[in-house]
Amino acid sequence: MTRTFRLGFLALILFFIYLPIGVLVVNSFNESRYGTSWQGFTFKWYERLFANESLMTAATHSLTIAIVAATVATVIGTLGAVALYRYQFKGKAAMSSMVFVSMLTPDIVMAISLLIIFIAIGIELGFVSLLIAHITFCLPFVIIAVYSRLRGFDVRMLEAARDLGAGEGYIFRKIIFPLALPAIASGWLLSFTLSLDDVIVSAFVTGPGYEILPLKVYSMVRVGVSPEVNAISTLLLVISLTLVAISQLLLREER
Amino acid sequence: MKLPINQFRFWAIGLVTAWLALFVLVPNLLVLLTSFLTRDQIDTVALPFTADSYVRTMDVLYLQVLIDSLRMSGMAMLVCLVIGYPFAMCIAKMPRRWHAVLLFLVILPFWTNSLVRTYALQFVLGNKGLINTALLGLGFIEKPLQLLYTEFAVVLGLSYILLPFMVLPLYSALEKVDERLLHAAKDLGAGPFNRFWRITVPLTSPGIVAGCLMVLLPAMGMFYISDLLGGAKHLLLGNVIKTQFLNTRDWPFGAALSVLLIVLLGFMLWLYFRAMRFVSRQGGINDSDF
Repeated sequence: MTRTFRLGFLALILFFIYLPIGVLVVNSFNESRYGTSWQGFTFKWYERLFANESLMTAATHSLTIAIVAATVATVIGTLGAVALYRYQFKGKAAMSSMVFVSMLTPDIVMAISLLIIFIAIGIELGFVSLLIAHITFCLPFVIIAVYSRLRGFDVRMLEAARDLGAGEGYIFRKIIFPLALPAIASGWLLSFTLSLDDVIVSAFVTGPGYEILPLKVYSMVRVGVSPEVNAISTLLLVISLTLVAISQLLLREER
Repeated sequence: MKLPINQFRFWAIGLVTAWLALFVLVPNLLVLLTSFLTRDQIDTVALPFTADSYVRTMDVLYLQVLIDSLRMSGMAMLVCLVIGYPFAMCIAKMPRRWHAVLLFLVILPFWTNSLVRTYALQFVLGNKGLINTALLGLGFIEKPLQLLYTEFAVVLGLSYILLPFMVLPLYSALEKVDERLLHAAKDLGAGPFNRFWRITVPLTSPGIVAGCLMVLLPAMGMFYISDLLGGAKHLLLGNVIKTQFLNTRDWPFGAALSVLLIVLLGFMLWLYFRAMRFVSRQGGINDSDF
């Protein structure tokens, strides 16, 4: 394979990957309702979107879930990563394999298992169940992001701190946390995006009283064309892309 | 000196363990349990234990769905492999500083809403979509082709959404292939095909299996893709599971289908570790060999 051929192939595939996204974004500014031909630039779908109360409520719900879930997942995940990195304990192997398994598990399997446990222990389907579910699928991503950062540390640094009398909590606050901060922040951002994007798990564990954006979009798309969906989808894409770009920059830094 | 039980350590280990146990381990065991229970109108599930649900999965109707969804997922997997392998190879052969950027460009869509991207495909595949407009405009066809709501659309959608899962493991496998082996083979007179088939492919087999695994398994569960692109006719296993849980409320049967999916996952993981073992036995050169 020559270099030109390789470049051409890469460009072609990337073109096809981004083509649908591009068409969607363009259409969100298209005057035409059905998006079949370009009939002029407009912001009207965005205006309608912001005037659409049920969509806005769903968006607020989604943001709330994403922020809380990402925060809790980051706290627990960071502690988990530190535990895996620092300590020897019974069940460590079981814990890391469970992290691995929950990452590999198809979403739908996780979705029904969570639905069953919520019903079994009597958690009402709605905000709380969604939150727990989102924390659960974000958790492995945070653990792995933070853990792989911790592995790059110089262990002697921690040993020195310990020899000088620092307790575990102190070591965490003064050394581990600041040094792992980029990975922790990146884990938060990725969790936030994952939460905002999830359809499969949410479809199972949500109740009628708490509508979230992806599910709202899903039902609107199934019913038929509604151009506000293009606008909200474009906004979702922009948010996700920005957050992922930031999180990647954070991870790349100092590497 | 033995330190007293440390609070931080206790919480760090305890929180994660508790969370994973309560929301990963126990729920999965409950799925298994549910699959052996009987359907109940009032409490959803009830005793006695029975294997009826598994017997029902062997019903021709569901077997057909299982085969269909295996076929569609399998085809998506092949498409991803056929596109992803050369793609990963191209990246691996690029100058190093490009790698991160190119990988990032492939993974980026993975982090954006896959529902939104599936929906976006409708603009490309629809009767008045991009492809049909282009083909009509160029005069290749008289009537718009029916692309949406076909099996083709589902397979395309699955491949589109899952391609990054294939490229990543392939890339990391390809990147590890020792160039010296290929040079040696060339010196010994092996042609490009032989070098590829007898060195690159076997050495990257863990990547191939991992990639295939990561496409095939999520694919079967992605009910919204077949919903939006396949219409009512082209169901995936995920659609059936979803219907059993959310519409028909036959949880034992839905759980049994999901257990089948997990068993499949286990089988594929086993294959993966076999492939890994195969590679470590076949070698690749270590520096210590010299």
